[in-house]
Amino acid sequence: MQQQELIPHLFRTEFSKITAVLCKAFGIEHIEAAEDIASETFLAALENWTYKGIPENPAAWLYTVAKNKARTYLQRNRLFDQKISNHLRQSQEEDEEIAIDLSGANITDSQLQMLFALCHPAIPPESQIGLALRILCGFGIDEIAHAFLTNKETINKRLFRAKEKLRQEKVAIEFPGEAAIGNRLEAVLTTLYLLFNEGYYSECQDSVLREDLCLEAMRLTCLLLESPQTCLPKVKALLALMCFHASRFAARKDERGEMVLYHDQDSSLWNTELIAKGTYFLHEASQGNQLSTYHLEAAIAYWHTIKEDTKEKWENVLQLYNQLLQIRYSPIAALNRTYALSKANGKREAIVEAENLKLEGNPFHFALLGELYTGIDNRKAERNFRQALSLAGTAADRRAIQKKLDILSDQK
Amino acid sequence: MSPDSAPGALGSGRDNIKATTMNEFILIFRHEDGNKVASPEQIQIWMKQTMDWIGGIAAQNKFVAGNGLPFDDAQVVWHNNVVTNGPFGEVKETIAGYVIVKAASVEEAVEFAKGSPVLQGEGNSVEVRRIAKGDGVH
Repeated sequence: MQQQELIPHLFRTEFSKITAVLCKAFGIEHIEAAEDIASETFLAALENWTYKGIPENPAAWLYTVAKNKARTYLQRNRLFDQKISNHLRQSQEEDEEIAIDLSGANITDSQLQMLFALCHPAIPPESQIGLALRILCGFGIDEIAHAFLTNKETINKRLFRAKEKLRQEKVAIEFPGEAAIGNRLEAVLTTLYLLFNEGYYSECQDSVLREDLCLEAMRLTCLLLESPQTCLPKVKALLALMCFHASRFAARKDERGEMVLYHDQDSSLWNTELIAKGTYFLHEASQGNQLSTYHLEAAIAYWHTIKEDTKEKWENVLQLYNQLLQIRYSPIAALNRTYALSKANGKREAIVEAENLKLEGNPFHFALLGELYTGIDNRKAERNFRQALSLAGTAADRRAIQKKLDILSDQK
Repeated sequence: MSPDSAPGALGSGRDNIKATTMNEFILIFRHEDGNKVASPEQIQIWMKQTMDWIGGIAAQNKFVAGNGLPFDDAQVVWHNNVVTNGPFGEVKETIAGYVIVKAASVEEAVEFAKGSPVLQGEGNSVEVRRIAKGDGVH
């Protein structure tokens, strides 16, 4: 029956739960064993359920099998350790029951603690995202490779090295202490932000997979909000930001799967429920006296949920970018700020500033200049769009720029 | 440019400016007369102009820090620990705030200073000074 669909769905959610709980119980050095046991559990389900049908409570079935496999693993592992080190004296302790607690509360705790462990500063960011996708989101290696537009070997190597590093650093699977939680949370939020971006801006053609990446980033952010230690304004701001962006999923692609730019989007396709959720969390995030980049980015994204071009909108967006850039510079924020400047203060002022940005290799810089010169000096506009076209890295970008050039030549 | 045309944050490097060749300069805003009171509308316009000016510097990745120095409760401590109210009185000129920028040369820092809305007030000035690197040489 629906087994074909049920198992992949269960796999993702339950794989991550089982892996996190087992890894927490075994310690980070056994992270691969935890993954293997979770995988074997699903293999057993596949073999069993095909013939006997899906049990009434599939999750409970999986947990029982996983617990048994975990117990066997630990016993075998202990036996192995003992043979090597000849520590036969411990034999009395062997009967000790190993508690594998797959209750809802322990699953949440284990996943949260794993999130902190995986976002350890010793691990490079792209590996953190890969690990999070594998261990916390239950993505397959081929899915991760697909999302990163690379091959399985690269991802396997990357994850292998990251796990080695976790072992070497003896990263504990626990909540960081009061003193360290601020810095560690920052790293976790960065990873979740990048994970979301990876889904949102990825070149990957598989839109279901991309949306899944974004939804997983949102789920993990929600998980942080469930714990009193991490239910903080900036976490809420990050969730608000994700909600606002995610509200445009349906409007960003046309029937042929082509990217639809913001200005051309049908705003009736924007998800009002997610916009409302984002607004709620942005409001919640405004308590306290800390202004993070997530607050500013969420506030900018909020203004973009209003399609209408008003003076108020662009003045607000401009001031938010002014603040954002003072806290953290990025080329894309500089470009977006200059676009907002043209909307709030006029194109001529923006042209002067855009020419000063010194982002020579950046196609978006020339696309912006092209946009600003359009209607003021169309020859310069064309020259800039052509420059942008030659630098553009993706087919979608090239199409968008070509469209601008076509409009320009129509006006001649 | 639109929120949906932004590339992912992964790989968007922050280091498009070689920090090694950069110096830091402080731009000190001097008001000729801090007692002059502007209308709320005028203050609002200055505020926006200042924020846009600083935003423009930050958009070039050249902004380091900045702040205003409110006049209220200002005190001056003199030789022999004599304390007077505010910088006003004998000296009319007051420091209203500062911005620290990164620049390759003092000329570049001066160009930034020229954009400051403070200079719209006659008699006001912006002093540009290089900040010592604290490396024992400079």
